[in-house]
Amino acid sequence: MTWDEVTPLLWPATRETLYMTGVSTLFTAVLGLLIGVLLVITERGGLLPAPPVNRVLGVVVNVGRSLPFLILMVAIIPFTQALVGTSIGNTAAIVPLTIGAIPFYARLVEIALREVDPGVIAAADAMGATRREIVGKVLLREARPGLVSGLTVTVIALIGYTAMAGTVGGGGLGNLAVVYGYERFEGKVMLATVVLLVLLVLVIQAIGDFTARRLTHK
Amino acid sequence: MIQIEKLRKVYRARGREVTAVDGVDLTVPEGEIFGVLGRSGAGKSTLLRCVNLLERPDAGRVVIDGRDLLTLNGAALRRARQGIGMIHQHFGLLGSRTVAGNVAFPLEVMGVPRAERSARVAELLDLVGLTDHARAYPAQISGGQKQRVGIARALAGRPKVLLSDEATSALDPETTASILELLRDLNRRLGLTVLLITHEMEVVKRICDSAAVMRDGRFTESGPVTELLARPGSELARGLFPLPPAAPRDGSTVIEVTFVGGATDQPFVSALARRYALDVNILGGAVETVGGERVGRLQLELPGDPASNAEPIAFLRESGLAVEIRTAAGPAGTADTGTAGTGTAGTGADRASGTAASIEEDAR
Repeated sequence: MTWDEVTPLLWPATRETLYMTGVSTLFTAVLGLLIGVLLVITERGGLLPAPPVNRVLGVVVNVGRSLPFLILMVAIIPFTQALVGTSIGNTAAIVPLTIGAIPFYARLVEIALREVDPGVIAAADAMGATRREIVGKVLLREARPGLVSGLTVTVIALIGYTAMAGTVGGGGLGNLAVVYGYERFEGKVMLATVVLLVLLVLVIQAIGDFTARRLTHK
Repeated sequence: MIQIEKLRKVYRARGREVTAVDGVDLTVPEGEIFGVLGRSGAGKSTLLRCVNLLERPDAGRVVIDGRDLLTLNGAALRRARQGIGMIHQHFGLLGSRTVAGNVAFPLEVMGVPRAERSARVAELLDLVGLTDHARAYPAQISGGQKQRVGIARALAGRPKVLLSDEATSALDPETTASILELLRDLNRRLGLTVLLITHEMEVVKRICDSAAVMRDGRFTESGPVTELLARPGSELARGLFPLPPAAPRDGSTVIEVTFVGGATDQPFVSALARRYALDVNILGGAVETVGGERVGRLQLELPGDPASNAEPIAFLRESGLAVEIRTAAGPAGTADTGTAGTGTAGTGADRASGTAASIEEDAR
């Protein structure tokens, strides 16, 4: 294959990767944030103590985190099928991607929220703030730089996962690299996908770092 | 006005019980500043957190402006808290908000409309002298400025009561002085009732009308500061006026005289010398201004044993001075050394109650 033949393959594959990553990031951000907040506020001595809920959530998150993505993807095929009607294709890939990334991000959210000075929470409590206000205006807002950094790491992990999803029926750059680069020994395709993936990660990291810095007032 | 009755708070952890506050009674009249002095672990922080129910006491009553807080829950408690200002050792400011944003926070919580909020914020920043820093972030200002933000924030809801949790403990001495001055000023101008806890003698000396010394969850002494200073055996007095640990030599008596207010005007040392023909030796002393009154302590050596000095000592007491007799410590000491060696007074008083000698509360 010449470069002229390689380039037309790259754009659709990149678009597919961006689609899978983008949509699963959206779901992960919302659900991961929710679970992360619950992990912090339901613990003993938290804002909304509920130790049984906390334990169950902790176990679920740990199980989710310990499954390798490849296995998770295959294991939940029936669920994916029930949800989107198929287990093949980019949209179907979003289901395991999201489920794999949620516990990962939830832990990062938990870490970011624990960094918030307990003294600030006590101060808000002493001012008569409601729990909702404390979560929204203190916890989440004070933790914003950490939440953004965590999301950046999660997005980059998701890009990695999409490459794996590509090998089992999803599209994207991973699929391209395997089908052309590996199975057909097309070195140029392999090289191009690697370069594109590296660029993608660099750009996302840069955006994440910039945003986190803007939110930090030191 | 703050009234606390028989307050008790017990912490239970892994089968162990720790009584942090053990039956404290306390009244702060309107417009007064009351200081609770104690070392870390004495329970003073828990006591303060029980006043606005950040910690719920196990027993007792907390009445603020006639309302028993322990009967309140949920929204009613939150509303009551909005009327109690609190300032914190580590300020507790939101790092993600500007100075003005931090002061606006309690107003948002109270549901004050946006337009009113900014006017009130400007007013509060002016009150603490931070108008120029309204748009700075907490990380960009000094510790003293941060505490001023904390004070402005605490006053946002026009509280009648202010709780101060070691508000100056993270600050250097000069900044401490300026923050204390601000608190004193606000107390006078706004009629603010202040309950503060501290481990710094300086704070009590500078701004408190009344004070208590807290140890192991209890008050060991409590009352108006000038009164405590004149009370024999007061830890507060020893802490405020550390005198050298002087053991009386054979055939001499060492006394410590505390004089408050008007008594400072009498030339009692020369009166003593003239009247009883005594050679009075001054071993140490200090005069301070406490709560606007001059208070002093003097350590004097008189020739002859305590029994032979009964008359001069009685004379001093009649003149309105508090007199304590220092006794030698140790097994070879005189008979009245009951408390020798036990007197480690709290809060920097250790220097005064040295091991060589202890102050025996004189029999009245």
